[in-house]
Amino acid sequence: MTPLSRNQIAWRAAQDLVEGWYVNLGMGMPVLAANYAPKDADIMFQSENGIVGVGPVAAPGEEDLDYVDAGSQKITLREGAALVDSAMAFAMIRGGHIDVTMLGGFQVASNGDLANWDAMIPNKGALVGGAMDLAAGAKSVWVVMAHLTRDGEPRLVEKCLYPVTGGRRCRQGLYRSCRHRGDAGRFPGQGNC
Amino acid sequence: MIDKRVETVEQALDGLFDGCSIMISGFGGAGLPITLVRALEATSVRNLTLILNSIRFIEYTAPSLFTDKRVAKAICSAARSPGKEPGIYERQIQSGELELELSPQGSFAERLRAGGAGIPAFFTPTAVGTKLAEGKETREFNGQTCVMETGLTADFAILRGQTADRWGNVAFRGLQANFGPAMAMAARTTIVEVTELQEEALPPNGSHIPGIFTNRIIQLPDER
Repeated sequence: MTPLSRNQIAWRAAQDLVEGWYVNLGMGMPVLAANYAPKDADIMFQSENGIVGVGPVAAPGEEDLDYVDAGSQKITLREGAALVDSAMAFAMIRGGHIDVTMLGGFQVASNGDLANWDAMIPNKGALVGGAMDLAAGAKSVWVVMAHLTRDGEPRLVEKCLYPVTGGRRCRQGLYRSCRHRGDAGRFPGQGNC
Repeated sequence: MIDKRVETVEQALDGLFDGCSIMISGFGGAGLPITLVRALEATSVRNLTLILNSIRFIEYTAPSLFTDKRVAKAICSAARSPGKEPGIYERQIQSGELELELSPQGSFAERLRAGGAGIPAFFTPTAVGTKLAEGKETREFNGQTCVMETGLTADFAILRGQTADRWGNVAFRGLQANFGPAMAMAARTTIVEVTELQEEALPPNGSHIPGIFTNRIIQLPDER
């Protein structure tokens, strides 16, 4: 069985986006999903540094240092975009105004716990960013990740070994690089894999 | 007459003292007051508490704040340097020389806003059940467990904007705002570097921070 590529997983996740939604995309694979969203649909991508309506990444030579997304990519805005400050951007998230956040993950547990912020790398400092706010605040949390680690260990586990980002929210969707459904019923959202 | 304009970075940073707390705005290089951060580095103040989203940009802009051990505490959502090797502040955090208070970014933003709005603490579902909620008071509201987060205030805030007038009204460009408006509210003295300090007043609904929240404005070129 050939696992899906990162772009294929992102493509698959993007197919479930719905016209009119406000969507926050995490760093890594989730942000790739924007490339595969229906081009003619009004889907507004929110970025927690203060954008509603993120457009395509700026073309080479067209980058503007004041137009960055939450992953520090130089971006453009789409028609209908609005810019706000961080407190208001997180009010959108915490206040339940974001229809879906797609987040990367290290592990998802059978109860829907997500671990995606602290890989416990020795000697490296902590970085939490907006992961916990998104995991707790978005209406739906979709985790977009490979099925297995590089070492072949499953990322779907009974209980997260890494420190959790948020508890029991990953019910609505889980995208991963597997085609079989052998574990159907055990993991939330497994029908979407 | 209200006139918040100052001419030099020394005037802009007048009154900094050992042990003071300083909020620094900026995200991904947008809204980061690079010239004022360098001017802060050029002072001799130490035992600082820095309140900012990510330490990385400050260490990159003003490394001697860390190499000379002038930062005692950082409150932030990101304390990781690029690359696989630990950076100077990561080693200081690990050894305990630099105290770290890690805050989820949205809770961090709201802590600033709350501090500036006179709200000493609030409850949020963010971080419940994680190690960042350990030791914090929790309460249940409408069936949802929430953790108490405290508001943040500081002695100083430094930020970067695009345009300002002598009344201290500030307008941003692109994504410059980020933590700036909340920090301006939360600090006792707010200092803003801008690309253009204009003679005429900004339109009444054309500024993003009203001058009531700012104290000193300095025109400085974009040094990025």
